[in-house]
Amino acid sequence: MEHTSSYEPKSAFAKWWDDRLPVARLMHGQFVDFPTPRNLNYLWTFGGILTFCLVAQIVTGIVLAMHYQPSAHEAFNSVEAIRRDVNFGWLLRNFHAVGASMFFIAVYIHIFRGLYYGSYKAPREVLWILGVIIFLIMMATAFMGYALPWGQMSFWGVTVITNLFSSLNEIIPGVGTAIVEWLWGGYSVSGTTLNRFFALHYLLPFVLFGIVVLHIWALHVAGQNNPTGLDIKTKSDAVPMFPFAVAKDAVGLFAFLILFAWFVFYLPDYLGHADNYIEANPLVTPPHIVPEWYFLPFYAILRAIPSKLGGVIAMFSAIAVLIFVPWLDTSRVRSAKYRPLYKWFFWLLVISAVSLGYLGAKPAEGAYVTWSRIFTAYYFAHFLIVMPVLGLIETPTKLPKSISASVLRGGSGTPEGAAAAPETR
Amino acid sequence: MMRAMKYGSLAALALLAGAALAPAANAAGGHVHIERQTWSFGGFTGQFDTAQLQRGFQIYKDVCSACHGLKRVRFRNLVEPGGPEFPEEAVKALAHEWPNKIVDGPNDEGKMFEREPKLFDPMIGAFKNDNEARAAQNGALPPDLSLIAKARNVEYTGTWWAHPFSMLRDIATGYQEGGADYLYALLTGYHEAPADVKLSDGMSYNAAFPGHQIAMPAPLAKDNFVKYQDGTGSLDQNARDVSAFLAWAADPSLNARKSLGWLVLLYLVVTTGLLYVGKKRIWASIPH
Repeated sequence: MEHTSSYEPKSAFAKWWDDRLPVARLMHGQFVDFPTPRNLNYLWTFGGILTFCLVAQIVTGIVLAMHYQPSAHEAFNSVEAIRRDVNFGWLLRNFHAVGASMFFIAVYIHIFRGLYYGSYKAPREVLWILGVIIFLIMMATAFMGYALPWGQMSFWGVTVITNLFSSLNEIIPGVGTAIVEWLWGGYSVSGTTLNRFFALHYLLPFVLFGIVVLHIWALHVAGQNNPTGLDIKTKSDAVPMFPFAVAKDAVGLFAFLILFAWFVFYLPDYLGHADNYIEANPLVTPPHIVPEWYFLPFYAILRAIPSKLGGVIAMFSAIAVLIFVPWLDTSRVRSAKYRPLYKWFFWLLVISAVSLGYLGAKPAEGAYVTWSRIFTAYYFAHFLIVMPVLGLIETPTKLPKSISASVLRGGSGTPEGAAAAPETR
Repeated sequence: MMRAMKYGSLAALALLAGAALAPAANAAGGHVHIERQTWSFGGFTGQFDTAQLQRGFQIYKDVCSACHGLKRVRFRNLVEPGGPEFPEEAVKALAHEWPNKIVDGPNDEGKMFEREPKLFDPMIGAFKNDNEARAAQNGALPPDLSLIAKARNVEYTGTWWAHPFSMLRDIATGYQEGGADYLYALLTGYHEAPADVKLSDGMSYNAAFPGHQIAMPAPLAKDNFVKYQDGTGSLDQNARDVSAFLAWAADPSLNARKSLGWLVLLYLVVTTGLLYVGKKRIWASIPH
């Protein structure tokens, strides 16, 4: 979407600066008078919420790193020292640990919102793919972060997940083992592994930040999608980002922070695992090795497949398949609001994903495995069969003429919305 | 439709937040149902009961400390606010007579030496290392108790369909006392073994312990408990008090956390309300 900044420097200095580095002009154009669809609902506040989560994780993480010691002998002790002896260390540590979970709650809502309203369709394919990459890097960062307290579940989680790569031995003998030893920096998970995980855990959030900038850039080229899935056609379809979208984002963010704070102050350990308060011990395997909740759906997919290599491939494919969604969905209508059949399949996907999360926490036995297989089958079928086929056979309901028409009573689509538009404030 | 979408996504969020967060089974070998107790430090307004922590410390000192260390708790913590809050002089005297000395050094002659603990020293256990502990305990290792109340949890034992509701209830009520519930159940869970259970040598039967065979002999019993300074005491009260004390040892900042928490929440709720009103006014002239 072509959009020129209406920035006007107010002082001589601002003018001088604007002629040399027009950063204020850029920010004004992108975050003040940027046109946002007038019909965005609260699900569109999650972009801002996620930006907050990333920045909050980086800030709390940097301060925690000032007190943390990434060695097999001292990691667990230093986390305890943070909890007990650092001023407000308990708050920093809870904020960072709970923050990871909140980040994932927000990102899952954000992803499902995109899937419901078809936010991945042209011209937003690159925007979507950047999002999938962000998701993948987030998972890697969170996984390595969970290793750092060096509790039992940290240690054994790392052992189980890194060992997955050894399944590559089934393709080329020796390669899997070589990769696993390369990841470990030795012949078993050790302090060396912890050190490199810490280095990467500190690095990746900044990589993430860079990709988030690209994600927002791509968003501001295509413009935001909206509940109707229609493009902004006239001025009356949009409102300036400030104050309209910003005011709504602020409400969304603060409402989200209530949930965030509830967990930080009242349920700091609910999302974690009790075993991680036992220091890592390579000689004692916990009876039940379970990843953090946000990995459970993928863990269930991993265990649903009877072969180890097959499970690993399925698990990574479950994320990789998202990259192809823009081309797998053959419907020309973006929003599920106007897709009477897709709507139902969408909720089936949500149920499958949540159920897989539940099953991922259960032991891999009996009915749990059967159900994991059923939901795994649907997860893939949704993307590989339902999306392509449905677009060809489904008759969409009547679309409104424009975004304005969808929100104005009568829905005539004539630019009477223009009178209500705020551009002349 | 928008309504349906909103409720649908709320339900999905609730399920996502609930079902997926399943605290995983902690215990091998059978589901043991642990009764939930009422704790002064439970829930939204919970705070530790200072008198209970003092009594609980007495149980730890008189019973548990024979085998179990408390190495992440320092003597000074016993004085600090939010804990048992003993007078500093009393804790100094306690450190003075603490049986487990601190190894320090090397001194000017290059030798390590033992000295009495000071306020800043940890409350170390009776054994110098794990091997010594195992040698003295029939091969079993008495774990350090500093984090035991956080390192244990209760397992959900109900039906699968009620599980998400149970989780939502726990989230709504801020239930984090699983460790203390477990410890209380363990300490009061020593019974005669049922006829069909064969205990290994030196093991005791415990209803709460995963697998029911525990190497720790009953530390407290109906007719063998610690009497408090006022002369009262019972197995039940001892178990309750020491569980509370260990909950504090594992989470000494609980009082500060919960008292700051409601202020933060109050601020967030009020601000969200104000922002919502502001947003309503800003959007008042814009149908959307």
